[in-house]
Amino acid sequence: MAGPLAATVEPVTGRERRKRRPRPARLGWLFALPAVVVYLTFVIRPLLLTVQYSFYDWNGIGAATWTGLDNYVRLVTDPELSGTILHAFELILFFSFVPVLLGLAVAATIRQIAQSRLALVARTVLFLPQVIPLVAAGIMWTWLLSTTGLINQLLSGIGLGSLTRAWLGDFGTALPAVGVIGAWVQIGLCTLLLLAGMSKIDNSLYEAARLDGAGPWREFRSITLPGLRQEIGVCVTVTVISALASFDIIYVSTQGGPGNATMVPGLEIYYLAFAEREVGMASALAVALTVLVLLCVLPIQRLTRDGTR
Amino acid sequence: MIVTRRETLTGRILLVLLMVLTVLPFVSLFVTALHPSGTYPDGLSWPSSPQWGNFIDAFQAANMERLLLSSALIVLGVVPVSVLFGTMAGFAFGHLRMPGHRIGFLVFVLGLTLPFEGLITPLYYQVRDMGLLNTRWAIILPLIGLFMPFSVLWMRAHFITMPDELSEAARIDGASTWQLFWRVHVPLARPALTSLGILLFLWTWNQFLLAIVLVDDPAKRTMAGALGAFQGQWGTDIPLLCAGSLLILTPTLAIFLIFQRRFVAALLQGSLKG
Repeated sequence: MAGPLAATVEPVTGRERRKRRPRPARLGWLFALPAVVVYLTFVIRPLLLTVQYSFYDWNGIGAATWTGLDNYVRLVTDPELSGTILHAFELILFFSFVPVLLGLAVAATIRQIAQSRLALVARTVLFLPQVIPLVAAGIMWTWLLSTTGLINQLLSGIGLGSLTRAWLGDFGTALPAVGVIGAWVQIGLCTLLLLAGMSKIDNSLYEAARLDGAGPWREFRSITLPGLRQEIGVCVTVTVISALASFDIIYVSTQGGPGNATMVPGLEIYYLAFAEREVGMASALAVALTVLVLLCVLPIQRLTRDGTR
Repeated sequence: MIVTRRETLTGRILLVLLMVLTVLPFVSLFVTALHPSGTYPDGLSWPSSPQWGNFIDAFQAANMERLLLSSALIVLGVVPVSVLFGTMAGFAFGHLRMPGHRIGFLVFVLGLTLPFEGLITPLYYQVRDMGLLNTRWAIILPLIGLFMPFSVLWMRAHFITMPDELSEAARIDGASTWQLFWRVHVPLARPALTSLGILLFLWTWNQFLLAIVLVDDPAKRTMAGALGAFQGQWGTDIPLLCAGSLLILTPTLAIFLIFQRRFVAALLQGSLKG
């Protein structure tokens, strides 16, 4: 690689006809070329094909027939399909709101001991759920939430035995139970991100607030929260995407069941495309999911990026 | 600093609680793995006679040595190439800034939040037409592409902070652009490169969707994909499943604990930029 590239460069640097350093366009794009090629092949092309497939009725083998917007009409009218999107929004509550709010509360409480030895250990421990595969988190929690699992054991232990149930198998609790798994995965990341953000806030602000007699709540609202705008934005973005595009956890813990109680777009796309061979419908849902993610992420980015710096 | 003792105490208690909450599932997994195979133990109970042999059984049932090899091969296929391509493009967009670099970079940014599920269907047919289904290439090649937006963004963010004077000096010494890149800028980018490598390693190792869709044979999948197959096969034997899951987790946990500082830093920065 070094040979040919060096050869194309030599005459340019040698010429030095302009005062400014020469920046030949071709050379720059040559550097970007490998990335551009793999990106176009494995991201942009599939993306465009998804859009194309979504206007067809195709079983993946035979001929495809053009059906226009039929797949999208079905997406809106079929409660089973539109339900998956509602489930994804419900999961945002658990994957995103709970971890961010809890993370804020915890980070604000432990701010003063952020440099202690305990906090250093916590940095490692709280990251464990982010390091393991989501599938493993799913398997672990399937066991915890099962009839004989730890959750029911704890409930019986504190005299709430009447509440015990197969959490992931119950129509009423399956989706929140899956949400709890997601919350467990995200809370450590959110806490540590927010804590890192808080450490960047000037300490003299807190000193001044204390001297003025501000309580912890006042301090949190007037100093911590505004200073964390960017970090909160990051937490919300990351967790919202993980909720809307959830797949791994649900695949191993409930497979979308019981009934369709925990079916989410990602899993439905997988079933439609590879089990039911409805490639067109799967693609329409895929387009909807992609647009949904963009629609949720862009405003969050705008809200939190503006005003900072 | 004015801090009341009560506040630090609440902080400590809260932190310990949160850590217990994080670790408890792992503990439950571990003690369950020690129960006799095929039983339905309570969530958290120490067995009367710990069955350490379960780990050996699970090791054999899961074909662990082949799984490790497979995941290692996939990581070796994905990470170095992604880092190299990402660095070159990041260098072009962040430092060379050729005409059109803004638009080019914007196109990469657009790919940053795309959910993999949105691309998986055409990707399947594309990989099939390339004749790569059920090979490790079916995971390696698409992943390199899918990681490009993040890799390019990450490396551009580094190169944009490098002063132009550095390159001017190297050019006066007669360095070609490639030499400038390879001899001057890549060595200086080592921290950014390491963090990127760690993140990509983790995301490859834990990749599930591509593995189950594009590769049928668990022995040719990533660790996460193999774990999915293991659950399908042994899901009813809880102690064995727990033992197997723990085994499959061990390599990641070991690497994480060894490189924990870099890992934590990389993950924190990674989500900030991503």
